[in-house]
Amino acid sequence: MQDFVWLIPLLPLLSAIFLMVFSSKLPSTIVALFGTGSVGLSALLTCNLTWQFLQDPRLITVTLWTWIKVGELNANVGFHIDGLTIVMMMIITCVGFLIHLFSCEFMEDDTSYSRYFAYLNMFVSAMLVLVMSDNLLLLYLGWEGVGVCSYLLVGFWYQHSGNGHAARKAFIVTRIGDTAMMLGLLILFTELGTLDIQSIAASAQARWQTGDFMPTLACLLLLAGAAGKSAQFPLHTWLPDAMAGPTPVSALIHAATMVTAGVYLIARMHGLFTLSPQAMTVIAFIGVGTALMAAFSAAVQTDIKRILAYSTISQIGYMFLALGVGAWTAAVFHLMTHAFFKALLFLGSGAIIHCLHHEHDIFKMGGLWKRMPIAFVSFLIGSSALAALPFTSGFFSKDLILLSAYQLEEFGPLLWAGGLLGALVTALYSFRLVFVVFFGQIQTLPDKENGWRIGLPLSILCILSLVGGYFSLPLNNLFPMERDSHPDAWVEMVSIATPLLGVIVAYILFIRTPSRIPKSLISPQETKFSRILFSGWKLDEIYDRLFVSPYTRSTSVLSHEPVDKLYNAVVLINQKLNAWLSFSQSGRMRWYMVSIAIGFIVLLGIAITIPKGFSQW
Amino acid sequence: MLELALFYIAASVALFATVLAMTRTNAIHALIYLIVSLLAIAVIFFLIGAPFAAALEIVIYAGAIMVLFVFVIMMLNLGEEGDARERQLLQPHIWLGPAILSLVLLVELLYLISTVEGPASSGSVSPKDVGLALFGPYVIAVEIASMLLLSGLVGSYHLGRRFLDRGL
Amino acid sequence: MQELAVPLNHVLFVSTLLFTIGMLGLMIRRNIIFILMSLEVMLNASALAFIAAGAHWGQADGQVIFLLILSIAAAEVAVGLGLVLQIQKRFKTLDMDDANRMRG
Repeated sequence: MQDFVWLIPLLPLLSAIFLMVFSSKLPSTIVALFGTGSVGLSALLTCNLTWQFLQDPRLITVTLWTWIKVGELNANVGFHIDGLTIVMMMIITCVGFLIHLFSCEFMEDDTSYSRYFAYLNMFVSAMLVLVMSDNLLLLYLGWEGVGVCSYLLVGFWYQHSGNGHAARKAFIVTRIGDTAMMLGLLILFTELGTLDIQSIAASAQARWQTGDFMPTLACLLLLAGAAGKSAQFPLHTWLPDAMAGPTPVSALIHAATMVTAGVYLIARMHGLFTLSPQAMTVIAFIGVGTALMAAFSAAVQTDIKRILAYSTISQIGYMFLALGVGAWTAAVFHLMTHAFFKALLFLGSGAIIHCLHHEHDIFKMGGLWKRMPIAFVSFLIGSSALAALPFTSGFFSKDLILLSAYQLEEFGPLLWAGGLLGALVTALYSFRLVFVVFFGQIQTLPDKENGWRIGLPLSILCILSLVGGYFSLPLNNLFPMERDSHPDAWVEMVSIATPLLGVIVAYILFIRTPSRIPKSLISPQETKFSRILFSGWKLDEIYDRLFVSPYTRSTSVLSHEPVDKLYNAVVLINQKLNAWLSFSQSGRMRWYMVSIAIGFIVLLGIAITIPKGFSQW
Repeated sequence: MLELALFYIAASVALFATVLAMTRTNAIHALIYLIVSLLAIAVIFFLIGAPFAAALEIVIYAGAIMVLFVFVIMMLNLGEEGDARERQLLQPHIWLGPAILSLVLLVELLYLISTVEGPASSGSVSPKDVGLALFGPYVIAVEIASMLLLSGLVGSYHLGRRFLDRGL
Repeated sequence: MQELAVPLNHVLFVSTLLFTIGMLGLMIRRNIIFILMSLEVMLNASALAFIAAGAHWGQADGQVIFLLILSIAAAEVAVGLGLVLQIQKRFKTLDMDDANRMRG
């Protein structure tokens, strides 16, 4: 079985190439068969691999060929598969397969059906390369590969210029992080002489002391890359706009897999990050800060997909918090459960959008619970998990994170309190979504029924979101020893009670007394504070002022070639001089003769007036 | 004493003839004055002890070169209207400015030369000495002069042949 | 050394005067024949200066240079007169102010 590991990323890639080459000539059933089938086969192979791994948990390393060999640099195309990789691969292939299946129906009417599946397959392949790679260079290849696919899919409906703008924004903002990450890789290579992930951890611990400057710098650069990809403050502004892409794309790329690549990277490089407590603290604060900012922004959004986008940012913030406090397992655990329930929520919203003439505004929905029972159940379960209500999957993972945060010596209670506040707001906005969309007056009637290809993935994800919390991850011995998560009983009680409180508040606001809802929660333009929240804390505007407009202004200045003015002046002076001298070229010999005579007279005059100098010569 | 008198007479003749040559309107007249001037200078050469140079001055300058001028002027066949035109061009407002310039230059040169002292001649330099110098230390100069004359020959042949081919 | 020999500076004065007259002719005449004559006068004046200097030191060098000047004059007149013929043919004039096509 191990010998066929390389088939897992290869199958979607082959399918992608096939679909690209024969794009327009294929009937949609063949496209769907290839697009979904290839990922399905990968999922089956991954399940088989996982089964074997659970029976016999040992590392699998496969080196296919030497990719780049220059001087000391020796990058293989090789795979290193351990528990963390297995978890990621399961998420990518299984959730990916369900989303592909969903897409078959969701995208059925689209004219670019095969282009869509080609991009999606390519994405799955690149993401698998990212998580399976045994060295950072190949990981970076996958990292950029998913970035490209994300760009292509966000701008999938390129006919609207706004979508193209969103795609470019996503690409450029993540590129800032990617550049920092590249610098981090270069530092690691020049300092340690290798890019192999396992040897980096070993040699870093041999070479550096905890808290040294170099590992901190490398960690912060890698963190910038991770923050760009995972949409963390201050590079998170691209994710809400990335919702311009098709909804299943948002589910797969911008919720379940790609945006968690940053979490994966940090978890993968934990050997390096443990050497830098400063970087860990930065990660924790970025995580909790992002979680809070995004949660508040989510609470005032009216576009269903933007709510989910902000909640994704917020949940990844929790993962970063977990990473920052050293709760590696909790981070990966939350990554998995989040992949389940956020994919479920996105696909559920996709199902609603699909039936409601592509309506995105939640206040134009309402009363849908009877009309769309599957979507309702999906949203109910998904929101419960998102809000971390007891016994859903999100409950276990988020609880673990909060308790781990509380036990940190420095800042522990502070981080815990921040996370708790975030959890309260999370519960509030997720049930605001449920109550507004599914209860109250019916505003828009659904015009079609969803078929089994939408229903089946939703059902499976419902089950996963419910029971995902009971999975035990094969992460033993992978991460350093973590703290025993048994703090005081009251802390645990408060952690459990907070989301419930949020749900109750939401219930009171939106069901019991709909007339007394704060205006800011319905139309965010009402108050100044909610306007700031609605615009994502005005960060877009700030970045525009700080970076974009100085850049455009300087380019508009430079487009007039200010430096060339100097050289143009030289040319102008020469031209004037030439005109003047050519005037003296009259063509009259006598005039030339007179000039020579004058020159001669002047020279002799000089010779006479300085007789001493002249005689000395 | 006789030598000194001869020198001043020859110098006066040379200067006077040159001024007249420069101010004639008829080219042939001017040329005759120029030949007179050259002959006078040949006399000065002889007086200051350069008999070989004096002979060359007469033979080549006054003889060969001036005859070349005469031939060309005769080929051009300038008539009376040419004389009138030249006369018109010799008005004071034309020559006054250049004359002042020349005067300034003359004053400067004379001022520089006035410091020179001593006799002009310290015995005669024979043609033998000149020949020894020419083909001794100055042999390169002779080569260069021969090349110059060759190029003059080729150039004038080229220019004159086309003139003759097309006919005047 | 003779008592009443010709003073060197007087010979040079004559040479200078001749040179200046030649240059004046060059500046005021527009007929190319006269221009060439003026050039001959100037060359001759400088030749006189060389001869005088050579004679002053009793050396042959002055006369050697005179020979060089002579060959220059001969070559120059040969080419110059050839040009005169061409100019007369092309422009139907000997006035150098009219033949000013090479102005800048």
